[in-house]
Amino acid sequence: MIISQLGYYSLIFGLLTSILIFFNSSIQIKKNNSVISNKTTGLIGFQFFFVIISFISLIYSFIISDFSNETVYNNSHTTKPLFYKITGTWGNHEGSLLLWLLVLTGVLLGFIFKSKNEPNNYRQLTILFHQIIVIGFFVFILKTSNPFNEIFPVATEGLGLNPILQDPALGIHPPILYLGYVGTSIIFSAALASMICSHVNKSWAKEIKFWILFSWFFLTGGILLGSIWAYYELGWGGFWFWDPVENVSLMPWLSLTALLHCVVTLEKRELFKNWTIVLCIITFALSMAGTFLVRSGILNSVHTFANDPSRGIYILTFLLVLVLLSFVVFVIYENKNFVQKSEIFAWSKETSILINNWFILYFLSVVLIGTIYPIFLDVILDEQISVGPPFYNKLILPFLIPFVLFMSIGPSMKWIKTNIKIGVKSFFIIMVTLILSFVTIYYIGSKNIFLLLLFIGFFYLLLKSLDQLRQKTKNFAQIFSHTGFSLLLISILLNSFSSNEIIRNIQVGESFSLKNEKILFQKILVEKEKNYESIIGFFEILDEKNKIINLHPEIRIYNEPEMATSEASIKTSLFKDRFITINLIKDQNFFNVRYQHKPFMIWVWISTLIIMLGGLFAIFRKNKEVNI
Amino acid sequence: MQFLEKTRKSIFSLIILVLLISSFFIFKFALQKEKIYSPNITDNQIFTDFEVIDLIEEKKINFDKVLFGKNFYLINIWSSWCEPCKDESEYLLELKNDTSIMMIGINYKDKKINALNFLKLYGDPFDQIFIDKQGTVSINFGAYGVPETLLINEDNKVLKKYIGPLNDGDVYEIKNITNN
Repeated sequence: MIISQLGYYSLIFGLLTSILIFFNSSIQIKKNNSVISNKTTGLIGFQFFFVIISFISLIYSFIISDFSNETVYNNSHTTKPLFYKITGTWGNHEGSLLLWLLVLTGVLLGFIFKSKNEPNNYRQLTILFHQIIVIGFFVFILKTSNPFNEIFPVATEGLGLNPILQDPALGIHPPILYLGYVGTSIIFSAALASMICSHVNKSWAKEIKFWILFSWFFLTGGILLGSIWAYYELGWGGFWFWDPVENVSLMPWLSLTALLHCVVTLEKRELFKNWTIVLCIITFALSMAGTFLVRSGILNSVHTFANDPSRGIYILTFLLVLVLLSFVVFVIYENKNFVQKSEIFAWSKETSILINNWFILYFLSVVLIGTIYPIFLDVILDEQISVGPPFYNKLILPFLIPFVLFMSIGPSMKWIKTNIKIGVKSFFIIMVTLILSFVTIYYIGSKNIFLLLLFIGFFYLLLKSLDQLRQKTKNFAQIFSHTGFSLLLISILLNSFSSNEIIRNIQVGESFSLKNEKILFQKILVEKEKNYESIIGFFEILDEKNKIINLHPEIRIYNEPEMATSEASIKTSLFKDRFITINLIKDQNFFNVRYQHKPFMIWVWISTLIIMLGGLFAIFRKNKEVNI
Repeated sequence: MQFLEKTRKSIFSLIILVLLISSFFIFKFALQKEKIYSPNITDNQIFTDFEVIDLIEEKKINFDKVLFGKNFYLINIWSSWCEPCKDESEYLLELKNDTSIMMIGINYKDKKINALNFLKLYGDPFDQIFIDKQGTVSINFGAYGVPETLLINEDNKVLKKYIGPLNDGDVYEIKNITNN
């Protein structure tokens, strides 16, 4: 009770501090002070502190199951394990917004400490713009989604957390994803500020690159965790469904990736100034739009916590205000920054980065259209459609081939001008690529030319990226992320083209087979856990080498709320995942068994980790001259 | 040249502005759209003047015309992905034997193939089944989700409404009403 109150008042204090900071910064900017006073830094510290207090209070209310708090009552239950009580804090609309706010104020504090060498005007303006976002979110939380609403009479038991959200990967998925999403806010504020101060230059690029990499790293991690969750928990055997909610996390990722490459050009050559700023704005707008689409209930999915239109309209209006604000700033200050115009040669790193940006923007617009087109159609023509994988495959796959080719040759280009030499080495790489691709195609047993071309492109990228290792100045960030990306594409392609599955309704004691493998349904066992009851199936698989593999898929019947989920049992090996799920068939002794071969699954995760490792290298790289 | 550049820029800005603001309104309408659907039940009388599509033949028919010829109508909202619906099917099959009731199924947000498979696995208790792909038909009955069951009489009056799966007690109650 008291803790909830503490959380609530701490939020109000946080809002008051924000308003103070806002006015303080405006005054400082007018005065043109040359240093940021300790007062400002202190206030920002306090603001973060208040949000932390509020966040901890909410976690505490969840831990002690304080059902006088409406959020806790709606999303928790006494029988839940402690871990899920804690992760339940952000597994709902109110709590997740509090997390948003926490990261939002946290990155500003981080920015203040990291940007000490930058001009004061620019820092003050960044604080000012950031406070607009912070205040907007404070008001949003207090007005429409207060996590500390009280209910009376106090309930003795809560309604429980949706069982499919009770998963370790999903427990940490929101915080990681939010670090990525909300990290883009500081990029946005800083971009506007630098535009106004005419500070879009090398030093700014160097500084903002950290935040771009930071957001990019965590966003990648968040998406990875989400996919892992989908694969292990949803029990469909897939990891990416082109679901609108997945798309909204992919869109800022794409624009961040474009921005990442673009900002390096700004850092090295002071080129693409306006374009960098536009990308900064787009990235944050996409993150906000993601929050809007997910939280407003316009899209229905496991991520939709509440269907309250007033919340949606608030975020939407706020988003429009921010975008219009940035638009006005951009239009007014654009010319100021557009000073020099260096020449760009056709064969240069600049060109290749520009081409990379065009492609990424193309992919981005495909995803954007696929995501919002159904909403527009519904409003304008009252027609309901859903856009599925074929749309994305048709529009994205063919363009991946030229994209990866440019990606392969781009890194070996030099700044300003490159002389192209085609030597024995390039010929060797092409030969190996062709051999690898033909062997793979043969192995899958496909005669599809298009597939072959895709493999050629992906393998070429892989070899070219690995080839960079022989260079004197190695850029590990780029090598790792590009190698990881090519591995990711190869494993996804292999995974989707050589998966096998079989669905059978069988009884205990029966068996079936898939591709030289015999699957025997041995027995079932019923067990009772704290928050669910589970029916475990015991399966024995005899593979082609007569090795025995045991799999134990489960059906869990959760008590609060009552709901049955199917837990897949997965045996992972280097080249293949064996994936089995069972379902009950009512009043019969039969079980619905689904057995799948998922080749190279683990490589999807590993290669994404390699991509992230590249990001880490870039973050911790010392500021010496290296090519990207 | 300067002038041209300026005009080009302002036209470009204008286009972006118009795009932004129009998408704002489209999203706003999309948000409000959900609110249009609200149950049309007055005095316990269900609203029947709307079109439904048959699951098997996929023909459109007004719901008025469906409610014809029997003393009682049992409307069951179900879906193949709904676990409790599986538990419920045996009770529905039991009620099917009652000749005074017409069994009407509303297949909620489902795929035809899955729905037909479901009926094959658990038995088909329905005289007629209609599709509710968007979940909007069910709202006409004031339903919140699946499964939900309504017992109505020939005057379209709701006699009983069951939220969640039926059990033996409910079946007993329904039989009592229809046999009197």
